[in-house]
Amino acid sequence: MRVTIDTERCIAAGQCVLSAPDVFDQSEDDGMVVLLNPSPPDELVADVKQAAALCPALAIMVEG
Amino acid sequence: MEGKNVTETPTTSAEPLAVDIPAYPTPRASGCPFDPPPRQRELQAEAPITKVRWWDGSTPWLVTRYADHRALLADPRVSADSTHPSHPHRAAGMREAHLKHGRPFIRMDDPEHARLRRTVTAPFSVRRSEAMRPAIQKMVDGLIDDMLAGPNPVDLVEAFALVVPSLVICELLGVPYSDHGFFQENSKQLVLRDADPQQVAEADRQLLAYMEHLIDEKLAHPGDDLMSGVAARVKAGELTRDEAKRIGQLLLLAGHDTSANMIALGTLALLQHPDQLKIVRETDDPAVIAAAVEELLRYLSIIHIGHPRAALEDIEIGGHLIHAGDGLLLPPETANRDPSVFPDPDRLDVTRDARGHVAFAFGPHQCLGQNLARVELQVVYSTLYRRIPTLRLATSFDQIPFKHDATNYGVYELPVTW
Repeated sequence: MRVTIDTERCIAAGQCVLSAPDVFDQSEDDGMVVLLNPSPPDELVADVKQAAALCPALAIMVEG
Repeated sequence: MEGKNVTETPTTSAEPLAVDIPAYPTPRASGCPFDPPPRQRELQAEAPITKVRWWDGSTPWLVTRYADHRALLADPRVSADSTHPSHPHRAAGMREAHLKHGRPFIRMDDPEHARLRRTVTAPFSVRRSEAMRPAIQKMVDGLIDDMLAGPNPVDLVEAFALVVPSLVICELLGVPYSDHGFFQENSKQLVLRDADPQQVAEADRQLLAYMEHLIDEKLAHPGDDLMSGVAARVKAGELTRDEAKRIGQLLLLAGHDTSANMIALGTLALLQHPDQLKIVRETDDPAVIAAAVEELLRYLSIIHIGHPRAALEDIEIGGHLIHAGDGLLLPPETANRDPSVFPDPDRLDVTRDARGHVAFAFGPHQCLGQNLARVELQVVYSTLYRRIPTLRLATSFDQIPFKHDATNYGVYELPVTW
């Protein structure tokens, strides 16, 4: 799985951090998304897909 | 079924007859105060994207299904700008007031909306919200101590539901809690469905004057609170004073009324569903509480009537063509009861996975304070019923005054005993 993010679209809702805290974080400065792991392991795939589905800004793209 | 027996009148116009367009909003069914109005559910099943008759005679689209609701809220061709001529305002005089006196950033579009929102996103991150949990827990425990030592029965709204979020937002913003009477009273005017424009304008003016004074205070005596940060941005030239006042006013209002409604209405919903209350009361698993909070957010969806929007371009959706310039109303309470997304949607089931709900909206305007709200509600729901296990209504269910006249749904009073 390959994850990319669009920080321009991000609105700091934090849904990604709640869904997959090992893959996503929020910047201390403005709460915008920080991608911790662009290639998350198989056991986190469901959580990352959940994060992408819940992101209100449609800022998370998942491939594979 | 009113509206279905109307005799058809011949017409030469291509315009639909006024009688064909259902009035909106319609009342909730008596005895079912937790459920959206039955007419909205009928439309969801039969005409999920349909024009409705709004109070001013305009005919915005009402969109009642979950997928369409999310798609439109996230669509950059859909505007939240309250100065747009087709923006469905809930009362007279509001567009003029917004044009003349300004408006909060939730009623703006990007890039202005994003610029202003980003000045206050950091304090509402998941981590920063989570860091407030111990202080919120202490606050909630203290309030329950006071309740147990005070009169019984008591109004849970006054003694608890309104106090918790007001204390939290005051702490976060750096607003003295001793002023809560002032801002709660003025805030009430801003969430009434059918508010008197002059009273709204006066409440708005009072709250802005209060924020003006607060910003001066924070400039003179900065602390580590949110409004000191906002004041510092004014000083640095990143925000105008008017923008800063609007931000403070928005956060103060949004920070207490919404969570207060969720606490009181959520407690009432659980008291009316003892099997669900038992699950919440008896668990010591934070994940069970977190799931219960999401389900109560879905089930109650307290922002009623609908998010007001306007189409900036033609949009094809669900077999309909929404024209540029059409108004839109997107009610979360029906989207959150969409049976194709939430099976058996009218059943309160705190064990279901409700995380996809739209109680905090969707798209770029999704609730800024949602993670703080989650922490507040998790602390409240995991503490109140456990510490007062015999908590029950001190009146009959049909005597409870629901906020049928407000855009933020809830109860005005909740007399409880134990």
